[in-house]
Amino acid sequence: MAKVTLKDLSHSYLKTQSSDADWAIRGVNIDWNDGGAYALLGPSGCGKTTLLNIISGLITPTKGDILFDDKVVSGLNPVERNIAQIFQFPVIYDTMTVYDNLAFPLRNRKIPEEEIKAKVHEIAEMLELSSTLNNRASGLTADGKQKISLGRGLVRSDVNAIMFDEPLTVIDPHLKWILRSKLKELHQKINRTMIYVTHDQTEALTFADQVVVMHEGQIVQTGTPVDLFEKPKHTFVGYFIGSPGMNVLPCQINGSDVIVNGKKIETHQQVKKNNFSKTEVGVRPEFISFSNDGIPVKVLSVSNTGRYKIVDTESESGKIKMIAKSNENIPSGSAFLKFKKEYTYTYGDSWIIE
Amino acid sequence: MSLELKNVEKKVGLDTHIYPTNLKLEKNTINILLGSTLAGKTTLMQIMAGLDKPTSGEIWFNNENVTGMKVQKRNVSMVYQQFINYPNFTVYDNIASPLKITGVNSDEIKQRVGKVAELLKLSGMLNKKPNELSGGQQQRTALARALVKDSDLILLDEPLANLDFKLREELREELPKLFENRDCIVVYATTEPSEALLLGGNTATLLEGKVIQYGKTLDTYNKPNTLVSAQVFSDPPMNIAKIKKSGDQCSFLQNKIQWKTKLNIKDGEYKVGIRPHNITTYKEGSNTLEIKGKVLISEISGSESLIHFTNGDLSWVSLSNGVFQKNVGDEMNLYMNTDEFVYFDQNERLISNG
Repeated sequence: MAKVTLKDLSHSYLKTQSSDADWAIRGVNIDWNDGGAYALLGPSGCGKTTLLNIISGLITPTKGDILFDDKVVSGLNPVERNIAQIFQFPVIYDTMTVYDNLAFPLRNRKIPEEEIKAKVHEIAEMLELSSTLNNRASGLTADGKQKISLGRGLVRSDVNAIMFDEPLTVIDPHLKWILRSKLKELHQKINRTMIYVTHDQTEALTFADQVVVMHEGQIVQTGTPVDLFEKPKHTFVGYFIGSPGMNVLPCQINGSDVIVNGKKIETHQQVKKNNFSKTEVGVRPEFISFSNDGIPVKVLSVSNTGRYKIVDTESESGKIKMIAKSNENIPSGSAFLKFKKEYTYTYGDSWIIE
Repeated sequence: MSLELKNVEKKVGLDTHIYPTNLKLEKNTINILLGSTLAGKTTLMQIMAGLDKPTSGEIWFNNENVTGMKVQKRNVSMVYQQFINYPNFTVYDNIASPLKITGVNSDEIKQRVGKVAELLKLSGMLNKKPNELSGGQQQRTALARALVKDSDLILLDEPLANLDFKLREELREELPKLFENRDCIVVYATTEPSEALLLGGNTATLLEGKVIQYGKTLDTYNKPNTLVSAQVFSDPPMNIAKIKKSGDQCSFLQNKIQWKTKLNIKDGEYKVGIRPHNITTYKEGSNTLEIKGKVLISEISGSESLIHFTNGDLSWVSLSNGVFQKNVGDEMNLYMNTDEFVYFDQNERLISNG
């Protein structure tokens, strides 16, 4: 297992580059500690697959270096990098038994059969596959097959890192739930560096200790799930994490006053400088409540999800969503909203003003 | 307008894919078929559309028996999980295609395509080919084609499953609005309980070819007729305890947990279902019961904490608002609100909720 460092990485699929848009990823710096659980989160096209392929050695970056334990590995091929990778669709041998599938990566590396046996049984035990070891893999369900894929990634103890590329996308919600917590449990048992790539915030946040959020080829924030939820550094993080995402409203900044819809509001930070072309206020639906005064809105609709209500309102500066308790009475027509000061931030040109 | 399935059954060889089903869907409703893969959602939709014939039973549309009538003779649209468009047609021609077949004049086609394109935010893309579009836009094109022809019945088979989390959220919010002013019946298949709750309308829970329950979405969620229906409509999974009732006392875990009930039922053994969000790390409501738990794993999603814990034979999940970081093996106290318990009899039929 190793510490993984990405240093000033940029990659373009074009021969020459004239603007930021010509880069698939740009200026990526990451330090992933040995044994940590990390996630790379972003929408399709944000550059996360490019980054994954650079780490595994399938793509040579245009600029920058990849280091494992402070040694540059940029020039090494995928085999020499020694990384286990698990994909969206199960990659297994249907004609082999579950045992032989799990043993395959070890036999390839000429590990003695005795040792293989111990390893396979250990992993099978963790994944609850012990009773199926002698069955053919072809008879298994989709999640059963994906478990074997996971097992094959986990069975080798000599890998530098294990990378998961949307491993649960094709799995049903009920089983996804089980596999997800299984994976987390396994990480705590075997303590290997794991990198989980996904567009699904729930998977990223529940699995990882540290999440890297990517947007248009750039890292917009790295942090714990709580950091990303409570203090988004970029409006994209606010929007992308949380469901519904953070409300972002245009605001004016006059001296140290933050003004939304002609009304002064209190925010987390003291705003000192104001040389931005665009200024906005961001507040999550969870941190808004009805009040006797505040931002005037019209209540548009309410949807009850059983656990809570999502209330859609319209203000002069645009729509505002808020979350209310499922037994809370929602006013109809006009109302006023209050934002919780500690979780209301101002943004200049999409980045948090600090 | 109504669509009625009367004792519809589907067998393939010796296998029963759909057990005798009775279902009546009314005009201007969204009807969700909720169940895991292979529950029979797609088969049921194909029978509704006339793409597949039932082995026995009848399908009635507007008081007319349409059993066996070919899909071409029915006014039906269908959208699938995979984005299906004509690759060589522009977005405009893709959307216009069902109108061209039925011989609508070109002025009207132009007007109707324009209108539906605006609704689905495709106005700027009408001259593009599908492969120049993002996944979300491709699926919007397929939806536009389904909406343009004023179908009586619109069938959506997991239409958002192949989209990114955030795109899914956006389109899911728009969908009910698209159908608001249309005289049609919408049927929507999904594997995700949360999606059913967000869409509202009516929900049918399905398991292994059987419709378990059908009713208003929130009623089906709050008053599951059976334990099975509750389990289908629960994510994370519902926690279940076998309880004993004697007089006004209920208990489980060898009497370690006891509470008083007002339920007027015979003494004996029952089952209680508790949704994860009704087991929390803090007291909520007036009737709280304490339960000890040994932490298996804890997952934090930013605003919420999922704690998997065990106590005796129970292996349960709790969902709390806020961040509660727990280590594997920690002993902790959790609180359950007895007002939210759902009681089932020995045959797993609903007795009472709350």
